[in-house]
Amino acid sequence: MEIGDLSDLLVWAAATTLALAMIAFAIDLGRRTDERLEARTETRAAIGAGVGAPEAGSASGGGSVPAESSAPPRRAAGIGMSTSWLGTILLGVAILLRGVAAGRTPWANMYEFTLVGSFVAMTVFLVWNLRRDVRFLGAFVTGLVTLFIVVGLNSFHVAATGVQPALQNYWLVIHVGVAIAATGIFTIAFVLSALQLLRDARDTGSPFLTRPGFRWLDRMPTPTSLESMSFRLNAVGFVMWTFTIIGGAIWAEDAWGRYWGWDPKEVWSFIIWVVYAAYLHARTTRGWSGRRAAWFVVVGYACVLFNFTGVNLIFNGKHSYSGIS
Amino acid sequence: MSERTYRPEGIADDFTTGAPTSTADAVPGAAGQPPSAPRAPQLGWRGMLRWTWRQLTSMRVALMLLMLLAVAALPGSILPQRDQDPSAVVEYLGEHPTAGEWLDRFGFFDVYTSVWFSAIYLLLLVSLVGCIVPRTIAHARALRARPPRTPVRFERFPVHVTGTTAESPDEVAAAAAAHLRGRWRRMPTFRVEAGAEDARPARGKVPARPATRTVAAERGYLRETGNLLFHLALVGLVISVAVGQLLHYRGQAIITEDRGFANAVVDYDTFESGAWFSPESLVPFAMTLDAFESEFATDTVAFAQSRDFTAEVTVHEPDGSSRAETIKVNHPLDVDGAKIYLQGNGYAPEISVTDAEGATAFDGRVPFLPEDQVYTSRGVVKVPDVSPGLDQIGLIGYFLPTAVLNDDGTAESVFPLPEDPLLVLEVYRGDLGLDEGVPQNVYRLDTANLTASVDDDGERVTLLLEPGDTVELPDGLGTVTLGEDVPRFVALDLRHDPSLAWVLSFALLALLGLTGSLFLPRRRVWVRSWTSDGVTQVEVAGLARGDDAGLEPEVDRLLTALPGLERARPTRTSEED
Ligand code: HEM
Repeated sequence: MEIGDLSDLLVWAAATTLALAMIAFAIDLGRRTDERLEARTETRAAIGAGVGAPEAGSASGGGSVPAESSAPPRRAAGIGMSTSWLGTILLGVAILLRGVAAGRTPWANMYEFTLVGSFVAMTVFLVWNLRRDVRFLGAFVTGLVTLFIVVGLNSFHVAATGVQPALQNYWLVIHVGVAIAATGIFTIAFVLSALQLLRDARDTGSPFLTRPGFRWLDRMPTPTSLESMSFRLNAVGFVMWTFTIIGGAIWAEDAWGRYWGWDPKEVWSFIIWVVYAAYLHARTTRGWSGRRAAWFVVVGYACVLFNFTGVNLIFNGKHSYSGIS
Repeated sequence: MSERTYRPEGIADDFTTGAPTSTADAVPGAAGQPPSAPRAPQLGWRGMLRWTWRQLTSMRVALMLLMLLAVAALPGSILPQRDQDPSAVVEYLGEHPTAGEWLDRFGFFDVYTSVWFSAIYLLLLVSLVGCIVPRTIAHARALRARPPRTPVRFERFPVHVTGTTAESPDEVAAAAAAHLRGRWRRMPTFRVEAGAEDARPARGKVPARPATRTVAAERGYLRETGNLLFHLALVGLVISVAVGQLLHYRGQAIITEDRGFANAVVDYDTFESGAWFSPESLVPFAMTLDAFESEFATDTVAFAQSRDFTAEVTVHEPDGSSRAETIKVNHPLDVDGAKIYLQGNGYAPEISVTDAEGATAFDGRVPFLPEDQVYTSRGVVKVPDVSPGLDQIGLIGYFLPTAVLNDDGTAESVFPLPEDPLLVLEVYRGDLGLDEGVPQNVYRLDTANLTASVDDDGERVTLLLEPGDTVELPDGLGTVTLGEDVPRFVALDLRHDPSLAWVLSFALLALLGLTGSLFLPRRRVWVRSWTSDGVTQVEVAGLARGDDAGLEPEVDRLLTALPGLERARPTRTSEED
């Protein structure tokens, strides 16, 4: 078997493992629903008894997350974490082998971009979880990543090979590498903001989201704390995206003879940058923080996805390096 | 500007509008004026102007303009743009005559230079400058000011801790100040001010309190500095891009092996420059192409994909010196501040045509432009200089570097390198229309007024030439010869933009400022300590700018530095959104 084929096989294995992780996390969410509901009522009672945090049953309220210590061990979540680690390691090895097979940095076309972006998203999730319990993200992150990998395998896959002269540059490593990493980080931030919006809508009595099927949302952190987690990632992602654009311009100056030319990819990178800049502004604009700012993250992430898929496949720009014809 | 702190209209900012302002004895102005809702315009045009200005420089309008900018950038990625692909615009206009005309009228094919796109970013810049200048002035003042004085009540701060200790209030204050200043005298972590308050009677909800020692500390002035640097760098970036647009020039030239060109406006095939460009600014160097080499993949996966292009050139400087250089894709050559890029390459076969009277009517290298990965290259030969009385001749055809003949008689190229070259030509005769003075595309032959040569069955005649071949032209027009060697050509793009270093510097400054503005913590910490019933009471509060997970650890570190402190109850008041 060729090394490239072995890599493909490992990617399938990673997708399967991560799908299992998603199931485990989903079971955990379902289980935890009932536990947290009780925990919640207890805290409410405690607050009523005069601890004095201004929780008053609304969307706000930062701190008072029920103590985890009394909760029984979450076996499903534990299985989810270990399968996530396994899947991520498999994916990492697959990416390495891909680089060996092609004899270059393994992020030069859409398929490889998908793999590496997924790998970064998983790594952020796993490493973050070492410092703070973010297992509530597990189902969504592994679900999205599995989806990405399977779409990558089915729609974007090309055989491992070298690249054309315009791509033979250390900027391929830096510019594309940072862009992928930013995408991975934006992915997690998007999950957080989406959860923030859902939980917020449920807390404020959205008729759809108050159905019992969405009880798992009660086990999510408060919208305020989701927002601040999302912000921290988006801030990192935004700085990396800024760097991606600057690096891309430096590279374009050498490769295409101009640093900026409103090529479709450049246009969309600019749009993404402006949307996330607007997000950072919205957070500090009276009347726009919180829920409205979260929508910017959703729109921004949609632009990120479109920049990656739509712009590569629909528009005919200089960035059409997908290798798919 | 009378107030010491400037805040754009509409900013939601706990750090300056939050708790400190609402306490009675905070330094007036240190925390900014009370939050101002958008006020209705005052009477008179001055008031109106001021109101408009305040709105334009408000956070809300900046946000709106940013959103508009994102939306306005969109159509340029969907519709073809004249700057990038003028022929696609023509094609679009042909396919959608009515809609196309309207879109054109509103600048949709020149989005990034259109009035509306420019209006949005110019307004944004005005708003930005209007907002950033007063902020910079205010920040420069704040840099010299003392930390805001200790507020009366600590309960409202996000981090608030109380405790007791056996040490005296003086010792607590000294320890807190020492800890907050940090190890380096010259670069203190916090700017610290130790103070004292007199005993005071009960006032409102605040109970009476004996005399206290206080410590007020603030860190992270660099955060605001970074934010200002970021916004100012954006202005610098836009200005340097604009200056570059005005001063730049760009020329394209196709040169073949052993030939050259001079850096002069007339020597370029196309030349384009900004409004402030003057031809004298062209450094008159010259250049010859010595050799061109290309490599292509031969593996089955990426067969015939390009792998390397190298142009070996000699640069002749105006002072008479010359030197050998190479130009590669991604590695432009820098000559006297101008960059020369390798933008394209192909074959320029040597073709000569002898007319019916035996006179040489054409002899030259003709660039054939590659149309696909295997360099199926298309070109035309226009032969107007035939002997008097004869029909002019036009040849259209393909150059195939490695040709194979199919069973049906057609030929195709299978590899981009010249392993088995073949020139395939169709022949036209008549008036080429070159004498009318209308500029023509050298790569197109307008066949409308020409007669194609056909054989007895009415089929087009195609001539096949291998290097060195001479074949008869049909209809007794003469002969055509393909030279033994097939020279390569390169398409060079020469560009000079004096603003590049500025553009890059401002971009990097913006990145630096942004990083500081997002990741440097800006925090205030206050300590108050007094003796009541023989026990030293300690109260500590912390406030941070924006989301700051490090605030609590910061306060915790301070607490451990206070001698003998017994912590009472840590509270983390929730932030409302
Ligand atoms: C070219 C347009 C602009 C862009 C791309 C832009 C971008 C940004 C970004 C990315 C931040 C985030 C940094 C941070 O959160 O600390 C920011 C912050 C800020 N911007 Fe802008 N900005 C623009 C125009 C403006 C204008 C017109 C104003 C004034 C109304 C303004 C006022 C501010 C303020 C006050 C902050 C600090 C917010 C805070 O962190 O509290 N910006 N800007």
